[in-house]
Amino acid sequence: MAYTPHTAADHERMLDAIGVTSIEDLFADIPPAVRADAFAVPPPLTEQEVRNDVARIAGRNRIPEISFLGAGAYRHLVPAVVGEVIGRSEFATAYTPYQPEVSQGTLQSIYEFQSLICELTGMEVASASHYDAATATAEAALMACRLTRRNRVAISSAVNPQVRQVLATYCSGPGIEVVEVPADLAEGGSGLTQVDGAQRILDGSVACLVAQQPNFFGGVEPMAELGDAAHAAGAQFVTLVEPTSLAVLAAPATYGADIVTAEGQPLGIPLSFGGPYVGLMAARMASVRQMPGRLVGATRDAAGRKGYVLTLQAREQHIRREKAASNICTNQALCALAATAYLTAVGPAGLREVAELSMTQARHLAAALEERGLGERRLGAPYFAEVAVRLPEAGRRHAALAERGIVAGYPLWTHYPELTDTLLLAATELTSDEEIGALVTALEEVA
Amino acid sequence: MYPEDLRYSKEHEWVRVADAQATIGITSFAADELGDIVFVELPEVGSALKQYGTFGVVESVKAVSDLYAPVSGTVTEVNEALRDRPELLNSDPFGEGWIARLELADDAGVDALMDATTYEETTAG
Repeated sequence: MAYTPHTAADHERMLDAIGVTSIEDLFADIPPAVRADAFAVPPPLTEQEVRNDVARIAGRNRIPEISFLGAGAYRHLVPAVVGEVIGRSEFATAYTPYQPEVSQGTLQSIYEFQSLICELTGMEVASASHYDAATATAEAALMACRLTRRNRVAISSAVNPQVRQVLATYCSGPGIEVVEVPADLAEGGSGLTQVDGAQRILDGSVACLVAQQPNFFGGVEPMAELGDAAHAAGAQFVTLVEPTSLAVLAAPATYGADIVTAEGQPLGIPLSFGGPYVGLMAARMASVRQMPGRLVGATRDAAGRKGYVLTLQAREQHIRREKAASNICTNQALCALAATAYLTAVGPAGLREVAELSMTQARHLAAALEERGLGERRLGAPYFAEVAVRLPEAGRRHAALAERGIVAGYPLWTHYPELTDTLLLAATELTSDEEIGALVTALEEVA
Repeated sequence: MYPEDLRYSKEHEWVRVADAQATIGITSFAADELGDIVFVELPEVGSALKQYGTFGVVESVKAVSDLYAPVSGTVTEVNEALRDRPELLNSDPFGEGWIARLELADDAGVDALMDATTYEETTAG
């Protein structure tokens, strides 16, 4: 595409057409008080100066040699084929094309992605992807409000705090009240969402109950009971799940999930300072018109050949404007493609291996800490691949280990004051016995 | 061109009043403008409609449009046939394509609506 800058004459003609005299007039609505006269931008640099500067800034990043940090993002093996597929020039864009139907290959890849997510969750329809788990879950809550015509949302406090924050932000605009369902974090507690607490909160005004499986602490929630509590009040059951865990835990459709969301990052997307990730969403076909975002459908063309289309676009904002089902106007096509390539490469057996190895290493990790008397499990419920461990002076030792290039998990007290001295430690199939040994040694050395 | 026994709103809805009962739908003009209708979101039985307020949605292959109540009243029945055959709005908008029946409110606002001749004038040209 040629880049043709506007000339002064072009500007004149455009300004004339809309009836203003200068470009400055276009900004007349912005109060002078909030407008900047000048920006403190340093003088231009040469290419080499920029390189040096950026390298210096990048050098301040600390990339840990060993990390047990999870809390929503997980380090998994990314097969080389994933990079090969998403690096192809036909695919290397983050967007669905603006004239999508001419890009049948892109649409087919999204259709395959949707099919895989449906298979993984057991749900009937999946969207073409969202930005991340937090935005997908927030959108799911808004969707539940549209479906039930109610305007309160109940969310377990055992849901990832960052997801809860984003959900609260999304709900603040339309005036949806967010109510937290307590988790059992008392001394000797399970760490799970309290079913009776959910039952107390759920009434005819609540649109949905949002719960996470496994929950933020790695605990395996009683999803069927939570789902029953939601449905008894006529509310939707929104479940945020971890996709690799679906190889060993029940599919959300089997415990009555109405809307399923997930962070797709563990599926072939590397950890990279927090993104880009990819949000997954799946639901029942009966709810499809209230589902946010794009959907690719399979169809036949006039000659009877198989083809793919963006479907149900009439719900979207480029047609429905302010009455659209959602203001999301794109998807994470490239990251969704990475997830598609990953799931295709590892297959059902491979995904199960990933989940089982992650669980095994998490148990080695917890046992190693307990055997050496370094710490103890703080929460009692069965867990997937992440475990909450309390150890004396956790804050000081966490900081001391970071200096040595070891991230000893996530400090839970930052969001949960009652979980003092408790670290959330994650393991995956990449967590080696040597890394666990190094953690144990380092913790002993900084005791 | 438009049935004489109906009253019409400028939002292209019609109402057929019989005593305190009313049947509402969209006009043939609206259906033709929308194109092939593929989905109708019906109001809930028992819900109270306010004249000119939105009460549902029609989705065609090219747009989704709100339905505006031509009169005020309480929904007593919805046309369940539209769930499977939304195309009835195109094929028979004044008959089989009716959308809902209402118990009219005291101030239903029927008098504010147009007759067939006036409505036809608004849609001409």
